[in-house]
Amino acid sequence: MKKSKAFWVFSVLALVIYAVVQGLISGGILDLYYQNILVQMCINIMLAVSLHIIIGITGQFSIGHAGFMAVGAYFSAIATMKLGLPLPVGLLLGAVVAALAGLLVGIPTLRLKGDYLAIATLGFAEIIRIIFLNVDYVGGAAGMVVMNMTTWTYAFAGVVITIIVISNFTKSRHGRGAISIREDEIAADAMGINTTYYKVVAFTIGSLFAGLAGAIYAHNFFIIQPTTFNFLKSFDILIYVVLGGLGSLSGSVIAAIFLTVVSAYLANFPETRMIIYSLVLILVMLYRPTGLMGTKEITSLFKFGKKGGTKI
Amino acid sequence: MTEKKTLKRFASVFLASSLIVGALAGCSSSEGTKTEGGSSSSSESSDVIKIGANLELSGAVASYGSSIANGAELAIEEINAAGGIDGKQIELVKVDNKSENAEATNAAIKLATQDKVTAMIAPATSGNAIATAQIANQYKIPTVTASGTAPNVTENEDGSINDYVFRTCFIDPFQGIVAANFASNELSAKNVAIYADNASDYAKGLAASFKEQIEANGGTVVAEEAYVADDTDFKSTLTRIKSANPNFIFIPGYYEEVGLIVKQARELGIDAPLMGADGWDSPTLVELAGAEALNNTFITNHYSSQDPEETIQGFVEAFNEKFSESPNAFHALGYDTVYYIKDAIERAGSTDGEAIQKALAETENLSLITGTFSVDEKHNPVKSATVLEYVDGNQKFNSKVNP
Repeated sequence: MKKSKAFWVFSVLALVIYAVVQGLISGGILDLYYQNILVQMCINIMLAVSLHIIIGITGQFSIGHAGFMAVGAYFSAIATMKLGLPLPVGLLLGAVVAALAGLLVGIPTLRLKGDYLAIATLGFAEIIRIIFLNVDYVGGAAGMVVMNMTTWTYAFAGVVITIIVISNFTKSRHGRGAISIREDEIAADAMGINTTYYKVVAFTIGSLFAGLAGAIYAHNFFIIQPTTFNFLKSFDILIYVVLGGLGSLSGSVIAAIFLTVVSAYLANFPETRMIIYSLVLILVMLYRPTGLMGTKEITSLFKFGKKGGTKI
Repeated sequence: MTEKKTLKRFASVFLASSLIVGALAGCSSSEGTKTEGGSSSSSESSDVIKIGANLELSGAVASYGSSIANGAELAIEEINAAGGIDGKQIELVKVDNKSENAEATNAAIKLATQDKVTAMIAPATSGNAIATAQIANQYKIPTVTASGTAPNVTENEDGSINDYVFRTCFIDPFQGIVAANFASNELSAKNVAIYADNASDYAKGLAASFKEQIEANGGTVVAEEAYVADDTDFKSTLTRIKSANPNFIFIPGYYEEVGLIVKQARELGIDAPLMGADGWDSPTLVELAGAEALNNTFITNHYSSQDPEETIQGFVEAFNEKFSESPNAFHALGYDTVYYIKDAIERAGSTDGEAIQKALAETENLSLITGTFSVDEKHNPVKSATVLEYVDGNQKFNSKVNP
């Protein structure tokens, strides 16, 4: 019962947020500049949440997330720009191909642990990038020009779906399995949990939504180039998750929103931008070494999660 | 333990205070510009012409963006000192795009909707410039990139033109043609080799146009090899090239690898003239290759600070005075971009986007530092390239090649 209550609260909240923002947009109060920041915020939330399921829930240290984003971006762009398919099909295709890539990479590499997995995922992301760099069909190093087709609605729908799926996964039997791997893989194995299976499932779901985020990204920013998806992008996503608190879904959402706003605000001060941005990161980590939310969820700050269930 | 604690507290207080100071400084400066903009738009809206600069001020290619910004600042200072454009002062609104596509789009939207600029200087690299093109078209803001040399910045894949996008530099294929003509006419090269960076479209584009032109000039390509950016050992490929016995080698690419290639080629005893393009233009090249190895090498470039022409020397002097360094091609292109926009605004006689767009497209025989040019129907300037020769580690002006 508790679960369904949280679910309805979330759905109503999402609808209210959507209605308010949509109202402000149609009222002309939010112009393209703010809409664009909102879309970017949504993309970052999706990336953060999709990495959260891999690092925060399953405890697998992956730093190749930009690679899945690239797969989603390129395949959706090929679908809409080269094959002339409608945008929703393109988004779906990008997400599915990214999930397949996640499955393909996950099966061999998730047998690795810790640092070794990190290196393997980093290597995968670079391979993806180099492949796109050398394929002339998608423009090579010069990149692929994509029409702007997304609206804030697509991005927000993406976020809602991502959060619902991942939070439900977390609370399901699969999610419990994944969490037990994070807590102690050997113990989980000894209890009869098929650790590789749960790791691959979490990894594939994470890649799926990273691909969706990439697909929306491609259709919002006019051009995609292989250099956009380099390992620094992966670290940006990693920062959202770590800053939000490893293991906290709402933490990664809050961190993604917070850092997008900080970054957009600081664009006015090009000279000191990166210094202040880094200072913000250092300060947060100094005062909240476990991240903004620790492993708690925002719901546990209110009453409804108190009897357990939400503390993942 | 307590010591550790106080240290930690001290550190956090320091960080917090520096952050607050930084943020306050930021706020005050933003308020400063905001009030300036506010007052100008309310009471005397016609007194200031805002030009947005969406440039790579941080990130991977920050040196390009900040060079263009410096050049643009110098030009604006000069124009304002001389009374501005039709009595209106120019204000430069700089926005950093972190050398990223998405940030370049954000910055363009910000300039178009928040700052409401009259014209924009587009990002330095082609990819980032393309990321701003649709915004420019949508908001009808004339946008000029100083150094985006890829043909598809102004011309879309389907052959349509980005109406509001222009550039100050020549496009990539042109440099290949100039290099080929220089090789056949000045160096009478018959058997040539091409050694290109396979990971960059810039190098591939140059190699293709060079090959086409040299073959049209009656030359033969005896060897065609490729390397990939970040390689460090080129000797085996160079040995292959040497055995083909070319009397001219064209090496389009960027200075990091080219420096090593030139050095290793000379070590292997290849003494044929080597030639490259504007990607070579960096002091690092001389450090990597060594002054001696660079003798008998040539590059095509946008301009030379050693060009004896009077206007160029005047610019070099003014730049030296303000920034105490010798201006490179990006400085000159940034400077020219502002004058290019200024000329169009003057001829348009208004700050209306459509009128300026039309004036930019109709630009003819505009004399600037990087050459005199007219704009063709694809929004590309038809202008001369400068050929430079390295002599004992210094670039020496060789000749100017007209299209």
